[in-house]
Amino acid sequence: MPHQVSVFAENKPGKIEHITEVLSNRGINIRAITISDSGDYGIIKLLLDQPQEGCDSLTESGFTATLKDIIAVKIKDRPGGLHEIASILTKHNINVEDAYGFMVKSHEEAVFVFQVENIKKAEKLLKSEGFTLLNDKELYLL
Amino acid sequence: MGIMFWNEEIETLDRKSLEKLQLEKLQASLTAASQTPFYRKVFEDTGVDIDSIRSIEHLQDLPLTTKNDLRLSYPDGMVAVDRKEIVRMHASSGTTGKSTVIFYSRRDIEDWADLVARCMVATGTTPDDVFQNMMGYGLFTGGLGLHYGAERLGCLVIPSSTGNTMKQIQLMQDFGTTVVHITPSYSLHLVEVIRENDIDPHDLSLKKAYIGAEPHSEATRKKIEDQYGIDAYNSYGLSEMNGPGVSFECTEKQGMHIWEDFYIVEVIDPHTGEVLPDGDEGELVLTHINREAMPIIRYRTRDLTRIIPDSCPCGRTHRRIERIKGRTDDMFIISGVNVFPSQIESVLMNVPEVGNNYQIVLDREENLDRLHIKVELYSKMFHGDLKELNRLKETIAEKIRSTVIVNPRVELLEPGSLPPSTGKAVRVIDNREL
Repeated sequence: MPHQVSVFAENKPGKIEHITEVLSNRGINIRAITISDSGDYGIIKLLLDQPQEGCDSLTESGFTATLKDIIAVKIKDRPGGLHEIASILTKHNINVEDAYGFMVKSHEEAVFVFQVENIKKAEKLLKSEGFTLLNDKELYLL
Repeated sequence: MGIMFWNEEIETLDRKSLEKLQLEKLQASLTAASQTPFYRKVFEDTGVDIDSIRSIEHLQDLPLTTKNDLRLSYPDGMVAVDRKEIVRMHASSGTTGKSTVIFYSRRDIEDWADLVARCMVATGTTPDDVFQNMMGYGLFTGGLGLHYGAERLGCLVIPSSTGNTMKQIQLMQDFGTTVVHITPSYSLHLVEVIRENDIDPHDLSLKKAYIGAEPHSEATRKKIEDQYGIDAYNSYGLSEMNGPGVSFECTEKQGMHIWEDFYIVEVIDPHTGEVLPDGDEGELVLTHINREAMPIIRYRTRDLTRIIPDSCPCGRTHRRIERIKGRTDDMFIISGVNVFPSQIESVLMNVPEVGNNYQIVLDREENLDRLHIKVELYSKMFHGDLKELNRLKETIAEKIRSTVIVNPRVELLEPGSLPPSTGKAVRVIDNREL
């Protein structure tokens, strides 16, 4: 199961600058980043090639960071690619809580990353439907 | 022609007779107090013989009573009468969740109403006035205290209580309100809303405002007077001494007369407890010498003021105290509610997601008091979920609201963003201009 690093951050200038500085100094690569904002504060979510090291180095630098289980599934980079997965999740009444996607190879491959309440159940379901789920290593090798 | 006094004989009693009356009432109150579990023990422990109190100065031999004593005597350790003699209780918030409760007999309620009527008459109010009481009714003494006094005087009383500003304005217009009882901050807010509704505050029938329950400056009084074109009078009281009506300005507006046939006034050095001469600033200590149900001896109010020894041109012989300068403890007042930082701290420290540091920031936005609570998140309790954080924020706000009755705005901060709690951390930042 892959992980993303979630960082609690007050809504102030310089936060991303500081986070990326820490990661850059450790030679950690960011595959994707999203920010959920809630006014005074938000959560910065990072998909890293070395999630544990990234999380530790951010914590050591004074950040409130944690590793969070996610699902990363390979999808086709063409019209309807995401719809296939969404239909299956809907059919089984699985609610996507937080999600983002990124392209791996133009017009061929993309990755859909998301959080659900019951990760094990969603993983099992997607596997049985023939989707490729990625772990930390595989995400890095993309 | 208005009436000058509510009880001319008492209000203008010569000092010597007043002091004689005080001593008689003090001796009676001490006898009553000695019947209560709390004072019986205090008098025993300190070896005080109440029969030896033969002058007002002898009062200094007795120990002081604190809010903590009241809390420890919860609920009825200071009650001097049978349960069936008690007709009312009021309560104010305590430092650790437990309230301090004050009990009143039927006579106490009547005497309190008389005292408030005395205050109102001293400002020129008559039975012809329409009195709108914009203070909270309930456990807080501000609403019911003035209500009973105004009825005793014979005013038409509008018990409008707090909030609902549009309704307040409508009542003022429809019934020609001439006198209001209001907190200074709400008064400043109300005038804005009046103007927003294209009403000139000077066109209202309003003649005076009693402003109390919050410390305020002479500048704020002037501002309120100018905004409405009225006279504003400073009111002082505390539930331990009944509630409002303890001390009130007369038409001279030069300090508040404190009713010395009800209260013995002392001003002490808050550090040494030594009684200071008239005119020196210190902590106000009051002894209630006119309450049946709950006599309280030498109560530390924590309020800073000084006694104005000079006589007042209004003719009242009861001395005056100056506008309250501040507190000797860390209590603050927000929207008329007394709050101790420790109340907020005990809420926060019981939330596992909260780290060690917090800050209480008091602001005034659009003339209304705002309570901001800044709390650092405890990193180990962070699970990377925004929904969870928002829920946490709501939980903290709700817990604080139910403890101190003020709705806070909670801000979650990263650990380490507030000054560390070691040493003298500033926990309360008051940005309001009083």
